[in-house]
Amino acid sequence: MSQKVEKLIDKRGLRLDGRKPDELRPIKIEVGVLSNADGSAYIEQGKNKILAAVYGPRELHPKHLALPDRMVLRCRYHMAPFSVQERKSPAPSRREIELSKVIREAVEPAVFVEYYPRTAVDIFVEVLQADGSTRCTSITAASLALADAGIPMRDLVAACSAGKVEDMIVLDLMDVEDKVGSADVPLAYMPNLGVITLLQMDGILTIEEFEKTVNLAIEGCKKIYAMQKEALKAKYVSVKEVEE
Amino acid sequence: MPTFFERRQLVVPGDLLAEGDYVAGENTFKSDNKIYASRIGLVEYEDKKVNVVALRAFYVPRVGDTVIGTVVEVGFNGWVIDINAPYLALLRASEVLNRPFKPQKDDLTQVLDTGDLVVAKIVSYDRTHNPQLSVDEPGLGKITRGQIVKITPTKIPRVIGKKGSMISMIKEETGCHIVLGHNGVILITGKNPEDEALAMMAIHKIEEESHTTGLTDRILQMIRKEKEKRGGSEYESKS
Amino acid sequence: MSAATTVVRVKQKQIAQLIAKGKRLDGRGLNDYREIKIEQGIIERAEGSARVLLGKTEVMVGVKIETGEPFPDTPNEGVLTVNAELVPLASPTFEPGPPDENSIELARVVDRGIRESKAIDLEKLCITPGRKVFVIFVDIYVLNHDGNLIDASALAALAALLNTKMFNYEVENGEIKLKPGYTPLPVRRHPVAITFAKINDKLVVDPWLEEEQVMDARITITTDNDGNICAVQKGGSGYFTSKQIFEAAQIAKEKAAEIRKKLGW
Repeated sequence: MSQKVEKLIDKRGLRLDGRKPDELRPIKIEVGVLSNADGSAYIEQGKNKILAAVYGPRELHPKHLALPDRMVLRCRYHMAPFSVQERKSPAPSRREIELSKVIREAVEPAVFVEYYPRTAVDIFVEVLQADGSTRCTSITAASLALADAGIPMRDLVAACSAGKVEDMIVLDLMDVEDKVGSADVPLAYMPNLGVITLLQMDGILTIEEFEKTVNLAIEGCKKIYAMQKEALKAKYVSVKEVEE
Repeated sequence: MPTFFERRQLVVPGDLLAEGDYVAGENTFKSDNKIYASRIGLVEYEDKKVNVVALRAFYVPRVGDTVIGTVVEVGFNGWVIDINAPYLALLRASEVLNRPFKPQKDDLTQVLDTGDLVVAKIVSYDRTHNPQLSVDEPGLGKITRGQIVKITPTKIPRVIGKKGSMISMIKEETGCHIVLGHNGVILITGKNPEDEALAMMAIHKIEEESHTTGLTDRILQMIRKEKEKRGGSEYESKS
Repeated sequence: MSAATTVVRVKQKQIAQLIAKGKRLDGRGLNDYREIKIEQGIIERAEGSARVLLGKTEVMVGVKIETGEPFPDTPNEGVLTVNAELVPLASPTFEPGPPDENSIELARVVDRGIRESKAIDLEKLCITPGRKVFVIFVDIYVLNHDGNLIDASALAALAALLNTKMFNYEVENGEIKLKPGYTPLPVRRHPVAITFAKINDKLVVDPWLEEEQVMDARITITTDNDGNICAVQKGGSGYFTSKQIFEAAQIAKEKAAEIRKKLGW
């Protein structure tokens, strides 16, 4: 890997991939891509390629982990060994264990967990290729897979990062911007309720910059949310056309 | 007090369906006087009630439903049955034996073993207890032959059709006996595998095109065409 | 939440009702921090150590220093490793075994605060660039769980790092030769984590165990000496509005400054 990184933002204020500071990477979403899963979604965001699958609700094993008054939501975020420059060991890393937890906690507020007590719903996220902000892309995909599985939800959860790169607040960080930039804020949002379900930060930001970054990430989430809805409906569009 | 979609329009979780004095029906929820969809489906406004007919949903047991399940475990005094639902169902030994169950004498695997299929009725179920099954009615019990088809449970009504028109047509045309499980599992028993295959084909087509009109006619055409095609081969095999 | 720690509904209601009136079950105001007691240098075998009492929550941190290889992308910097153990003696809900997601999250949030604030001058821990550096092991040991393990652990980790002595050495032919005397670990910033619990749509600072058991969500905001934010972590299956987050950030900045002043950091 090269130590010296070229300038991340050029004189015209454009980023390495030609984006404006508040511009998302190109996003492609497909719902219902795996026949075995109860629900699934595939998403590409820039070079991120992520697959999410949902199984359940089903009986929980071991049984003593079941809760009498609600469903147990479980999540496994995993990176394929070939998803990054240097091969990643397939054994779950500490980072993956933490991300599994925060992704689960980001989608859980959307799910009516109280409807199906004593059951479990499993979310499996596989990062096939990683290019920064994968936890956000994973949340966007996981919430679509849940909807595709027919699990009752309050809203879809959209996620997007924002951060500070060379003194500029920018949206949707890609890998170099995350690594070299001075702060990264991944955020997940439920637009209907206007609430934040994932928020992390590393780097250094003043309180004012932090607020600006959070607000920019929310704007990004709203745009992704519109694309999520479109993707979910696209699966049935052909059906709609021949509707009486 | 506006509504935000047209009747039968496609909605997804989080879509705002109505605001004000409305009642949240199936697959919707109310928050701050607003009604939102909680599942993918087609919205229906009937008077003040807002429903979403789900396109994606799993089977949730209901007392009185007929279901088709697989024995997954032979227990001490009964069987555990997978009924394609979030909960496993229980079938008590006494229900099947029609007499008190004697643990010393009765070998349950002789009656039903793992992997066996059963048609059963749900006799009890609530949030705290798994569904209990019964086979104490004609037509219920162990399945000994036929084919199984699984479809999305919400599409069973389409297979039945208006006043049962679709299902009776398929039965008539294929000569198969068909049992529809509310859990989306369908049993087809015909005189020969060809007839069963024909009925299966028809049901798969219904599932794929469940939201289109004129479906009954199209299915009928399809079956007749297939029968014509097969007519020749059947003749050959007989000779 | 496991069944063993389920708070009875009556208490749950009580906690929520009090908080609605701006009060708490243990008598604190919504933004009051529990008393902090710190002891340093309690483990002689460790290069640095500290025990922190935050109310009844007790956390011990030991710092050990070894030599090792630097990360390929930072050949001139020492390595910081933070690990947390939720020791079974600390709570009926802690089980023996490899670190679970809670202890991993705890360690990584503490790590993020120290790393992102650049609290340790890692460049001073380089022995031979690209070859040999000092590795700082920060081991968090939770001894009694009465809520807010993140803040207590972050305080204990920093207190232990401030207490850490490195032996004097010189490099001869690539080998380390010890010299008499010690120098303190180069710690230059003092990140302080402040955690809030959201209960009935209100935020309370420094939740204790019973509050954690009824909270909808929590948020931890770590700030440095300049009042800048260096780490944030939302936890729990609930949510926050952006207004709540921004309020929390302000309070976190003020609380952290108070704590730094009190501790002389």
